[in-house]
Amino acid sequence: MLEPRFQKRTLFLFAYIVFALLPIYWMINMSFKTNEEILSSFSLLPQHFTWANYKTIFTDESWYSGYINSLIYVGINMVISLTVALPAAYAFSRYSFLGDKHVFFWLLTNRMTPPAVFLLPFFQLYTTVGLMDTHIAVALAHLLFNVPLAVWILEGFMSGIPREIDETAYIDGYSFPRFFITIFIPLIKAGIGVAAFFCFMFSWVELLLARTLTSVNAKPIVATMTRTVSASGMDWATLAAAGTLTIVPGAIVIWFVRHYIAKGFAMGRV
Amino acid sequence: MKPVNQKAWWLVLPVFLCVAFSAILPLMTVVNYSVQDIISPERRVFVGTEWFASVMRDPDLHEALLRQIGFSLAVLLVEIPLGILLALSMPATGWKSSAVLVVVALSLLIPWNVVGTIWQIYGRADIGLLGAALQKLGIDYSYTGSARDAWLTVLVMDVWHWTPLVALLGYAGLRSIPDAYYQAARIDGASKFAVFRYIQLPKMRGVLMIAVLLRFMDSFMIYTEPFVLTGGGPGNATTFLSQYLTQKAVGQFDLGPAAAFSLIYFLIILLLCFILYTWMQRVGTTDDLSSKTEAGHA
Repeated sequence: MLEPRFQKRTLFLFAYIVFALLPIYWMINMSFKTNEEILSSFSLLPQHFTWANYKTIFTDESWYSGYINSLIYVGINMVISLTVALPAAYAFSRYSFLGDKHVFFWLLTNRMTPPAVFLLPFFQLYTTVGLMDTHIAVALAHLLFNVPLAVWILEGFMSGIPREIDETAYIDGYSFPRFFITIFIPLIKAGIGVAAFFCFMFSWVELLLARTLTSVNAKPIVATMTRTVSASGMDWATLAAAGTLTIVPGAIVIWFVRHYIAKGFAMGRV
Repeated sequence: MKPVNQKAWWLVLPVFLCVAFSAILPLMTVVNYSVQDIISPERRVFVGTEWFASVMRDPDLHEALLRQIGFSLAVLLVEIPLGILLALSMPATGWKSSAVLVVVALSLLIPWNVVGTIWQIYGRADIGLLGAALQKLGIDYSYTGSARDAWLTVLVMDVWHWTPLVALLGYAGLRSIPDAYYQAARIDGASKFAVFRYIQLPKMRGVLMIAVLLRFMDSFMIYTEPFVLTGGGPGNATTFLSQYLTQKAVGQFDLGPAAAFSLIYFLIILLLCFILYTWMQRVGTTDDLSSKTEAGHA
């Protein structure tokens, strides 16, 4: 009775993976074609195979600097998000204090504000404080949706760690910072990995805020890509190549946190 | 119970400051706009709640809202079961699990405007794989011509794009179930479905709650993908709330009404999320109770 069920699941998984990979395959397929070929004919493999699109990206500074800019602000955002979220998540999981539930829900509400709502105010705010077109501006703006998410995920992981561990450490004479860094953080490595992945992902793919807050010096790759729409029509091929390359950093991040996701919530309440 | 400790506020303070900087100041600006008629940056007139009243009466808004609710419900109805099924099907150990994990997560990492652009070509009947395949099957498919096709394409694109999020969270939740539970179920001779219903589902409750809320909020704010794919058309078939809002704010330079609209939009999401959150928590606890009594009987 087990066998056919198992096969059904494998079959389903296989079907889903095909469904998931087909658009990506099509994108990679497009990235090796020329624009004329993309628009003129249907072919499962490039008929006139070309590296030209990738060459454009790696040689044109306005293209590859987009990747660097994105990586910089995503990196800053991940570091700030996790640094502020860790102690806060600890507070939420361990103590009750005045307004704790309200603050927690308020944090989540920030995850619910449509970025379109905030575009103009953000533009004015960052112009006023002189941060326009800097990496830090985008990193700070993305805190709006990443910090609540990080607190949310980490709180779940932390609640899965028994309180006795904290109490034993305090009895053994550990100060809070020493306990937190040497004992507690290693225990929730998994949660940090998962939270880091989500922060990376949401910051990496966000377009509206990143595009609004930058113009030249910190222009992210997602904004550079919108440039491929020009008077002469879309530059589909270069866009496909750029899209293919945007998957790479994220895939590396998942590869590093995959064990955390798998073993991940092992102790977690979530 | 957790001990009361007001000093814990100090630990929350950095988060509070970070988010307040990015949330409260802009929100106040929006509130400020929403009660003024901004004719030019120097000439502003206080209009009170006039914008709110006019926005609330706007029939286009009602349509966009209904369309949005329909879309978000469809997203949840498809993505949550599909994601759970996917999480159950993913291998638990070995290189296969790593490989599947990475492959499944790929679609999450593509910038949203690229997602839209790729599907634009992918869905074309003459040069795209999906469109051509459907055409071969004898289905007259065109996401630019037919409202139904456009809507379905946006939905399938969203399913393709975001189901992995549900699956990853569900998968993480599943891995947290100790083997002892499964052994106990085997001894009791529990069916596959009983294992799912009384062990796996309750154990996934926390992560699924995150998944449902995230998918709900994000699908309610969907903007970039349909904007790139269909531009809201044909007609208004795929003009969802965000896009309608942006048309108003950017297209017509109507700052006041747009701000009022933004606030109403935000309140709608807030209300729906709150209902969903409370409801899921209630369902979750009764679930836990029933599974406990179930375990007690066993």
